[in-house]
Amino acid sequence: MRVRALAIRIIRQFVRDKRTLALLFLAPLLVLSLMYFVFNGQEVKPDLGIVNAPAPFAERLARLDAHIVAYPNPDQAERALADGDLDAVLTFANGQPALRLEGSDPSTNRAVLLLLQQAMQAEVPGVQLQISYLHGKADLTSFDSFGPVLIGFFSFFFVFLLAGVAFLRERTTGTLERLLATPIRRSEVVAGYLSGFGLFTLLQAALIAWYAIGVLGLYMDGSIWLVLLLNLLLSLTALTLGTLLSSFAGSEFQIIQFIPLVIVPQVFFSGLFNLDAMNPWLQKLSYAMPLYYGADAMRSVMLRGEGFADIQTDVYVLLGFSVAFAVLNVFALKKQRAI
Amino acid sequence: MNDYPSPAVPAVELEAVARSFGSRTVLEGVTLQVARGELFGLLGPSGSGKTTLIKLITGIDAADSGTVRLLGERMPKLSMFQRFGYLAQSDALYGELTAKENLQFFASLFGLSGTRRDERIRAAMGVVDLLEHLNKPVNAYSGGMKRRLSLAIALLHEPELLLLDEPTVGIDPVLRQSIWRELLAMRDRGTTLILTTHVMDEADKCDRIGLIREGRLTAVGSPSALKAQTGTDTIEDAFIALGGGARA
Repeated sequence: MRVRALAIRIIRQFVRDKRTLALLFLAPLLVLSLMYFVFNGQEVKPDLGIVNAPAPFAERLARLDAHIVAYPNPDQAERALADGDLDAVLTFANGQPALRLEGSDPSTNRAVLLLLQQAMQAEVPGVQLQISYLHGKADLTSFDSFGPVLIGFFSFFFVFLLAGVAFLRERTTGTLERLLATPIRRSEVVAGYLSGFGLFTLLQAALIAWYAIGVLGLYMDGSIWLVLLLNLLLSLTALTLGTLLSSFAGSEFQIIQFIPLVIVPQVFFSGLFNLDAMNPWLQKLSYAMPLYYGADAMRSVMLRGEGFADIQTDVYVLLGFSVAFAVLNVFALKKQRAI
Repeated sequence: MNDYPSPAVPAVELEAVARSFGSRTVLEGVTLQVARGELFGLLGPSGSGKTTLIKLITGIDAADSGTVRLLGERMPKLSMFQRFGYLAQSDALYGELTAKENLQFFASLFGLSGTRRDERIRAAMGVVDLLEHLNKPVNAYSGGMKRRLSLAIALLHEPELLLLDEPTVGIDPVLRQSIWRELLAMRDRGTTLILTTHVMDEADKCDRIGLIREGRLTAVGSPSALKAQTGTDTIEDAFIALGGGARA
């Protein structure tokens, strides 16, 4: 009954606070949309300058997806490269090709090399490579690939921030002390917060997942229910972690200070970046990070269509994190009330 | 339902209570008894330890040494939160919510529900004269109204004991009088009241007062006894005389 009263109060406060509602529900959609436009754009067409190219080769190049400009001599081409008009120059001297790349953007470099490979391959007739995909598809974009991680991250980040600030305000405005001067148990306070906020995190998780998949058309090969479950678990972890850490913050500003300490490292270990090249000892740090498990499971479900059996370890670990943070929070409240 | 202990058990019993935060000693060797039905005032300058003492009595905080008994029970004890009403020094209210929603929330925490809850909300708001503002959001309340609403919350569950930390701070003189009338009426109905104040003329209205200074209880007695003891005409002078002249 006390848990319910607390949950109802939190829900009422939330509904009155339109700006916070907007932050929780609209901000993740805005950022996701921006990411979509940045990473889901058309394939970059490299600008390639050619000098003295044999006619058949130039024709083949022209048929591929690139802007090709022919230059009469190497000096002019070199100047265009320096001015930033070209990404690369292909020069033929005595029938031998030489490639000079602008070189400052690795992804452009790769695009140029890929283009030339395609052009060269066509020289060898008869051998046609058969390409098929176990997961994903030929036109899988980078947004499709790390979209699942982003869904998890935004659920985590905004809930962490809001839960932390809300619980902190309860403490700094004195209402927590007032609340604790009633027969409510410390565990009931934590449970009330979890259920009141939980409702909004559930809605947020569903909204983010629906928007990313239904509106932005994020690649989705698995069950939407598993995505929702994972998103909810991530939000719960963020909720319990946020309220726990707010016990160690003295002001809203100090909550913000937790972002580089708690949130940013999780982003690096979440699978957005490939960690295989990292020191194996450092790689193990990811095991301590909730976002790692959430992101891993989200990718398994959305990109590889895996079922519950494949992601259950991640699910249990996330549940474990939430329970551990909630229990620690019950103890942290002892700082506010002796019993 | 409540098993009232015999009136012989004091409302509050403190024995050699000490509390420090880090290296700073806030209370030391506080021994005090407050009888049932008494209106007891804790008088002292800010920072003297009044609020800490109130918190020890409520069980929100625990003493480092010594014993605190409330209505015969050793504190801190969770079930005792049901037995007293508490008014904190700062108005701890949820500004986004209406007064009624604030009251409903706290009433539910005290286990009140249904028509009984609505009855108690109207009764408590009647006492502090805020009935017509029941449905206003608390953010639209003035400072004095917030203080009165906080007091109404403390009265919701009809506690046998009230612990009030600076109940009349920020309240205009007319309303202060009406609140004092109500406090005295509650005392007459048998409620025990313990309050802190630094307003001297309020101290005069208490049955007994305890003077507190730098964490020590320097004197306890009725206002007239304290004045007689120090040969002064006002509580203010008595307070200064009993403080040992230790003025900054």
